[in-house]
Amino acid sequence: MYDMFQALLQAPSYHLFFEALLIIWIFKLLFFSKAYAPESVLTEKEKEELIAEWQPEPLAPEIPDDHPVLMAMENNIITGKPGKYVTINGKSCVNMATLNFLGMAGNPSVEAEAIKTLKKYGVGSCGPRGFYGTMDVHLELEDKIAKFMNCEEAILYAFGFATIASAIPAYSKRGDVIFADEGVCFAIQKGLVASRSKIKWFKHNDMEDLERLLIEQAKEDKKNPKKAKVTRRFLVVEGLYINYGDLCPLPKLVELKWKYKVRLFLEESLSFGILGSNGKGVTEHYNISPDDIDLIAASLENAIGSTGGFCCGKKYIVDHQRLSGLGYCFSASLPPMLATAAIESLRLIDEKPGMLVELRENCEKIHSKLSDINGTVIVGEPISPVKHIRLAEPSTDRDFDVQTLQKIADLSRDNKVAVTLARYLEEEEHKLPLPSIRISVNNQLSDEEIDTVFTTLSEAFQKIITH
Amino acid sequence: MNIDEFSQKPVYLASKSDVIQDTSRIRGRMTIREIYNTHVKEEFPASQTVQALESVTSKRMTDILSEAPFSGSVTEQTTRIPVLTHGNGLHQENDRLKTKLSVTNKQRINGHRRSCSETPYGRSMQKKSEMDIQHDKKWESRFYESFEDPPIWTSILTYISFLILILVGHMREFLKKLGIGRVKNISEPNIPGFVTLYQTWESFYHWYIFRRGKDTLYRAINSVPGAEMDVMDRVTDDHYWTFRYTGTSTRVINFGSYNYLGFSQNTGPCAEAVEKSVNELGNAICASRQELGYLQIHKELDDLVADYLGVEAAITVPMGFATNSMNLPALVEKGCLILSDELNHASLILGCRLSGAQIKTFKHNCMEDLEEKLKEAIIDKQPRTHRKWKKILIVVEGIYSMEGSIVKLPDVIRLKKKYKAYVYLDEAHSIGAIGPHGKGVVDYFGMDPKDIDIMMGTFTKSFGAVGGYIGGSKRLINHLRLRSHSAIYSSTMAPSIVQQVISSMNIILGRDNSRDGIKRINQLKWNTRYFRRRLQEMGFIVYGNKDSPVVPMVTFSPAKVVYFSRYCLEHGIGVTVAAFPAVPLEKSRIRFCLSASHTKEMLDKVLEMTDKLGDTLSLKLSRKEPAEYGDSEDQDEEK
Repeated sequence: MYDMFQALLQAPSYHLFFEALLIIWIFKLLFFSKAYAPESVLTEKEKEELIAEWQPEPLAPEIPDDHPVLMAMENNIITGKPGKYVTINGKSCVNMATLNFLGMAGNPSVEAEAIKTLKKYGVGSCGPRGFYGTMDVHLELEDKIAKFMNCEEAILYAFGFATIASAIPAYSKRGDVIFADEGVCFAIQKGLVASRSKIKWFKHNDMEDLERLLIEQAKEDKKNPKKAKVTRRFLVVEGLYINYGDLCPLPKLVELKWKYKVRLFLEESLSFGILGSNGKGVTEHYNISPDDIDLIAASLENAIGSTGGFCCGKKYIVDHQRLSGLGYCFSASLPPMLATAAIESLRLIDEKPGMLVELRENCEKIHSKLSDINGTVIVGEPISPVKHIRLAEPSTDRDFDVQTLQKIADLSRDNKVAVTLARYLEEEEHKLPLPSIRISVNNQLSDEEIDTVFTTLSEAFQKIITH
Repeated sequence: MNIDEFSQKPVYLASKSDVIQDTSRIRGRMTIREIYNTHVKEEFPASQTVQALESVTSKRMTDILSEAPFSGSVTEQTTRIPVLTHGNGLHQENDRLKTKLSVTNKQRINGHRRSCSETPYGRSMQKKSEMDIQHDKKWESRFYESFEDPPIWTSILTYISFLILILVGHMREFLKKLGIGRVKNISEPNIPGFVTLYQTWESFYHWYIFRRGKDTLYRAINSVPGAEMDVMDRVTDDHYWTFRYTGTSTRVINFGSYNYLGFSQNTGPCAEAVEKSVNELGNAICASRQELGYLQIHKELDDLVADYLGVEAAITVPMGFATNSMNLPALVEKGCLILSDELNHASLILGCRLSGAQIKTFKHNCMEDLEEKLKEAIIDKQPRTHRKWKKILIVVEGIYSMEGSIVKLPDVIRLKKKYKAYVYLDEAHSIGAIGPHGKGVVDYFGMDPKDIDIMMGTFTKSFGAVGGYIGGSKRLINHLRLRSHSAIYSSTMAPSIVQQVISSMNIILGRDNSRDGIKRINQLKWNTRYFRRRLQEMGFIVYGNKDSPVVPMVTFSPAKVVYFSRYCLEHGIGVTVAAFPAVPLEKSRIRFCLSASHTKEMLDKVLEMTDKLGDTLSLKLSRKEPAEYGDSEDQDEEK
């Protein structure tokens, strides 16, 4: 220390001076350099100018009044009960459009139940489940669904779309991983977005692709075991895909679930009440215990012919939604008259599984018939009650194809067969399916009616495509 | 103009009006900038000196504003001479609050919030034309809202009670680990290899805190949720882990359902019309709007709603929650900004989140904060890219169901026009419930519905049905008919529900050739004012606007809320409770939802019980004079 001090004294003065300058310069660079940056504070006047200058985009884009979809809604006036037949512009058409597969929407005994409930409870429940919106009929319906599906518990939602869209974010949070099929319906897609989890898409019904992703994830987990311990992994699939009309390979999915320890969520909106010998859905169709599935969600708006949806599964899983399912906690409960309508529909399905056999026969008949229409491809399983008719040789222009199909739909409607195009929010779908006419099958259709549907549709196709 | 001249201005002003007298009352809390804004700006064009002065004071301004609750009302006081009776009450309040402020000043948020929402006079920084002031006077003098803070010791006790709950919970958790104790939770089975589904804190709160008051929520009923209802009796054999229904039920007065206009009925014209519609149209549609699920009756409803609201067109959705969550994403997208009230409903928050737009929250019903955020947003542009915002959407609710407050709509409209933003107004609780014609907050303030870009509301509450609507310009609704998630991916409303809305709406509009609708509206208004006035006179801390039919009464301690609710149920009254996390930790509350179907006897019974309980639980903590309910008194006599 002393030596250093001595050395300092002995150093030449110019040397000391130079070093001092250097030190000052370094200080200046470190601490004062910013002070020389020009200040970019705006004056009040400039601010006001900025505010005056700003022009927002219009809230909604200008849409021509004669937009075809709008026109269709305006001009096709539907009256009366939409059952096996639907009255459009005063013309009675065979209804191949609404998802009323078992005719529950117009079933007299279901209606009678609804009216009975109306006379006891009125229409609305006037509150969310937590605040006196729970009625004995809701508890009964939950109980009935749980028993029907052989699950421990079921939870009832007031709206089909909100069911799966609320269920997914109740479990999967930021940082979790969800493996999802590319073909899932829009409600699931919104649930995935709302969860803010990491989404890994696998090709539609491609188990190899899924396994590849699962292996990838397993490798990643091995690298970072600490993170893997808190990262929940989910697998979300649809039982019967509404956009494709095909089934998910459930046995393989369950096998992968146990192999790679992911939780399996199954959306059965279309298959519930339809597939399996008793209408219990894909699990019954493949003879798989519902215990192997972590959560089954379905809408009551299709086969059941009511409104709302439900989730069912193990008690410890389902109960969680009663406090964290957004659509459950913060929404008014299902009107009691729609709840009892659903109870009655379930009872009917349970009592008369013959309906399901009829439906399946009709589905297969229509499938084989429609396969004969020239210039089209029919997508979906023969047993699926939803079928998509696509153009066999689609052009590169989607809009043009949509227009063609719309013309076909219009023509067949004029010839008394009501069909509809499958509509999508084209910009928002994760993977947009090809345009198609969506046929939904009713169990009450007779052979003659099926023939009429076939001839009308094939004529319409011939006329428009060859034109 | 130099500084010297400027400082002399108040003297000049004093000779012009009585400003000195007013400022002395406010004890120097009036800042130079306010004086400048109030008077000088009109006299002198903005000069650089003043601008410099402003920039110095503006930072201090925000501090001062948060401290002084009523300093801003200077503008009004000087223009509103002679000082109104309201004004006098204000000054007394001001003094009383100031003493309180020194205690609670550390709770900055609370302090600020009071300053924003408690003053019946909106603070205005802009130069106002005489006409504006005239216009504002109309609504501001009627507008009374209160959010009183508890005495400090109540807050402390509340925190201590939560602390005890948490400590006991941890002790039980510890005992459970040792294998002692009877904790009967349905805990998650440990499946080897799987990551646990739930976080510890979530379950902890549910098991050890929420469970203790679980019986106050999810009570099942088996009757019409009208003025009275049958609550199903249930017992617990295991300290609220599970419940067992005994099969009997108790008749109670219903203060829990959102049945504002009393349309929850199983007889009468609505029920008859609904029965007919089920017979004619079935009980479900099973198809979406664009896929042949749009019936004549839906079209009729859409047109009726548009007519009811006074807008060009409307679209209806089968679920109120989904109306927000499924339509907001169609209105804003990435690159847009949403300014959302901090107390907005979960459905709005979800809708905003799904839209992908940037979300900023502003303080509850605080127009100054909203203006600040608007200005900031336009000036600072988008973060990172610094592009201009595509759109700015202000999202507010009509009546906030947890606070009972009413949105300051005239101010929102003024700001919206000034900054060219769009307004999304959620009238879930206000449609039907307030306004002389039952047409919601727009009607309440006498505004033009066309000034609001997106009018949203639900059919669940006032109309006794379920579902929601969006009303607006033809262009907007056409866009939603094409782009709304609900128009494509969900089935349309069941005919029975549609019919209920049509029937009840026609009654409110008086199209059934009876005065039933207007009677209901007036009854609800009378009930609201009578009930709120009586509660305030008893000395309870009642939150919200004097015209809001949701009446939150703050009890602070969670145990008191639970006791209150249980006691009421035992004595024939059903109320709802709200506690953490739905409301701030120390502000648990009882909510009375008033209805047109409540009779004065029912209200009196509840008031009597509340009075008694208030003494037992020492809930009469308010140190404010009750609001003036002038016209309610008149009607009282009439009755």
